[in-house]
Amino acid sequence: MYKRKFVPLALGLMLAAAGVAAQAAPKAPAGGYGVGRPATEAEVKAWDIDVRPDFKGLPNGSGTVSRGQDVWEARCASCHGTFAESNEVFTPLVGGTTPDDSKTGHTKALATGTVPQRTTIMKVGTVSTLFDYINRAMPWNSPKSLSTDEVYSVLAYLLNLAEIIPENFVLSDKTIAEVQQRMPNRNGMTTAHGMWDIKAKPDVQGSSCMKDCPVSAEVTSRLPEFARNAHGNIAEQNRPIGPVRGADTTKPPTANAAGAAAAPAVMPTPAEPASPAAGLVGKHNCTACHAKANKVVGPSWDQVAAKYKGAEGAEDKLVAKVKAGGSGVWGAIPMPAHAQVPDAELRQMVQFVLNGAK
Amino acid sequence: MADEIVRRGSIKLAPENFLTETQLQEARTARRQFMAKALAMGAGVAAAVPAGSALAAAAAGAGEKEILELPEHTKGLGQPVAARAYGQPSKWEGGLQRRESPGLTRVPQASVSFCPLQGMFGIITPSGLHFERHHQGWWDIDPSKHRLMVNGLVKVPKVYTMDELMRLPQVSRIHFVECGANTGMEWGNVAVPTVQYSHGMLSCSEFTGVLLSTLLDDCGIDLKKAKVVLAEGADGSSMTRTIALDRALDDVIVAWGQNGEMLRPENGYPLRLVVPGVQGVSWVKYLRRIEVGDMPYATKDEAVHYIDLMPDGQHRQYTSIQEVKSVITTPSGGQVLLEKGFYNITGLAWSGRGRIKQVDVSFDGGRNWKAADISSVVVPKALTRFNVGWVWDGRPAILQARAVDESGHVQPSYRALRAVRGTKSIYHNNAIQSWLVRESGEVFNVQA
Repeated sequence: MYKRKFVPLALGLMLAAAGVAAQAAPKAPAGGYGVGRPATEAEVKAWDIDVRPDFKGLPNGSGTVSRGQDVWEARCASCHGTFAESNEVFTPLVGGTTPDDSKTGHTKALATGTVPQRTTIMKVGTVSTLFDYINRAMPWNSPKSLSTDEVYSVLAYLLNLAEIIPENFVLSDKTIAEVQQRMPNRNGMTTAHGMWDIKAKPDVQGSSCMKDCPVSAEVTSRLPEFARNAHGNIAEQNRPIGPVRGADTTKPPTANAAGAAAAPAVMPTPAEPASPAAGLVGKHNCTACHAKANKVVGPSWDQVAAKYKGAEGAEDKLVAKVKAGGSGVWGAIPMPAHAQVPDAELRQMVQFVLNGAK
Repeated sequence: MADEIVRRGSIKLAPENFLTETQLQEARTARRQFMAKALAMGAGVAAAVPAGSALAAAAAGAGEKEILELPEHTKGLGQPVAARAYGQPSKWEGGLQRRESPGLTRVPQASVSFCPLQGMFGIITPSGLHFERHHQGWWDIDPSKHRLMVNGLVKVPKVYTMDELMRLPQVSRIHFVECGANTGMEWGNVAVPTVQYSHGMLSCSEFTGVLLSTLLDDCGIDLKKAKVVLAEGADGSSMTRTIALDRALDDVIVAWGQNGEMLRPENGYPLRLVVPGVQGVSWVKYLRRIEVGDMPYATKDEAVHYIDLMPDGQHRQYTSIQEVKSVITTPSGGQVLLEKGFYNITGLAWSGRGRIKQVDVSFDGGRNWKAADISSVVVPKALTRFNVGWVWDGRPAILQARAVDESGHVQPSYRALRAVRGTKSIYHNNAIQSWLVRESGEVFNVQA
């Protein structure tokens, strides 16, 4: 009897102790774990590229607006447009601010709502952010390939487009602090909210009412009829068994009727294995600018296949075209040359595109 | 079809396994006729037939083909072991996939795929269905060449290999990860049809790794000066986010394990940061560097994106914690209830401030509420599964769920949220979700 009572109690204590221990950080043995090694100075320099709002971490260097324009046109314009205004691939970088905003430090259009789409320059309050981001992540398909002076130059061009600095301004580690004082939305940020400190008080508290709570019975918003099938057929996005089915959104909703609605059970078709060429277009970064069905930077592969359908010598022509690059057929945005891609793989990818990219 | 045999009262597989409206109606009529007959014979018979089974009518005859005619799999030899060296879901489950929301993003490498919450059970997200968010495309990095550097306000800046990290004391913990922009499309109005797109930037896994505090200790963090840490990824975007020091010293994990195996490449293989309760963007993937600092960094994803626009034109910066939230996952938008009667209503609740304490469900658009059963383990900063029974009488109904966390924070309505934050915030929408069930049984995403 004694033992029987003792065992569960001891077990209970052990579990309770384990529960506490699980939350606490483990204690290192005397002398440490003995793993890891000191980072060398060169290693820290190679990776520690962040630039803070107080410009700690900013590398020495400089750039001009005119040099920036050259770099921009070669490396940036195909996605962002010549004047950083393009809405084709990414949201516009520039627009929506006024010289008056540079004085107040508030992008006025954010409060008035007069500019429907927020550009980067309308939002960002810290010029360090722009330097840091261009330096670490741009250009899109070849990040970290700009020299420090090219980053300064591109940023100078961008700031000039945004009417923050004049055309003859030389942006450098010495002058960037002046620019900070002209950033249109530099006073536009607040940290007065409850979502940083876990113990902070939330700004919106819900109701705990359980019975006869005040509600408006009105449905204030629903998906418009034309959008019913915009996300594909929902019937195919649900399980074919269970208490519910996905609605067949290729058809209008069933008229209200006593009883249940039609719910076609759609059995999925097993996926076919991807072709080797599908791997190649990923490997060679084609998907940065092209997709099967929709235009990204360049035309969709379906568009290309349709254009050259049945055309004599299309394959050879396209292999040569992809290799050399160029523009004009599908608009002004140039396709870069791809001299580094082996011919056999180029041909495989062109065949893949001409055969419907499957 | 050669084997097309019409048998009253059973569901016939149509070509491509579609059922037409007529066929379904036939099945229902037959079932109702059978139920009437059975009731006339005695209530006991009716009770023996499970309500909700569309095949119940078959019992009126000799029985169902599915029982009377033994199928191949009962009479033949099945597949050998290891036929699939890495197991796959059943071929019947192919409808439940990660999907993109058309038109949401324009470049597939800086995009999102949503987790199919509408068909999932429990609290753990199968790794292959975990939502994706990439900023400059994903990679499958050679783990033997991956390094983690810790520098900044530490005694010794250090470099660790994966071999070394995996020798350190490790923890395994279940946590949800939710994108700060989850439900962001719905701030102003209904924009998407199903819970996959409205709430699917949400997943929950068991993560295994070393506590960040262990590494910070190992490098000799300067606790007098340190105020934040910066996490940085090894991919092209080299994503950076500032993390509060109290979070970093508490439960943040430098993780390599996910649901018993290594992280999937789409989720940061071989190393990612797990920041429990904090929005997904801070869970830096392909983690290469931790810097201890004394001021926030205002990186691109905390000075251009992931800032919440308020009605006065100010942006809230460094919003991080995902506040209390819940959603009914079945039945949900785009699904159809097959008939009247009993349904198990199920859904998920979570909070970045700790455990879920209570979930209430309403079937009348928020007028009356009833407590749901908490049906999973309840772990801090993890998804929590709730269930509640409901008998649908065939009339229109608006279903809602509302969660309360252990800090006492109650999930707000759209009205309450918009009164403070307006409709242009994009981020941190934790409003109560409404699903309208129409007489037809079809469920619609609405705001009430």
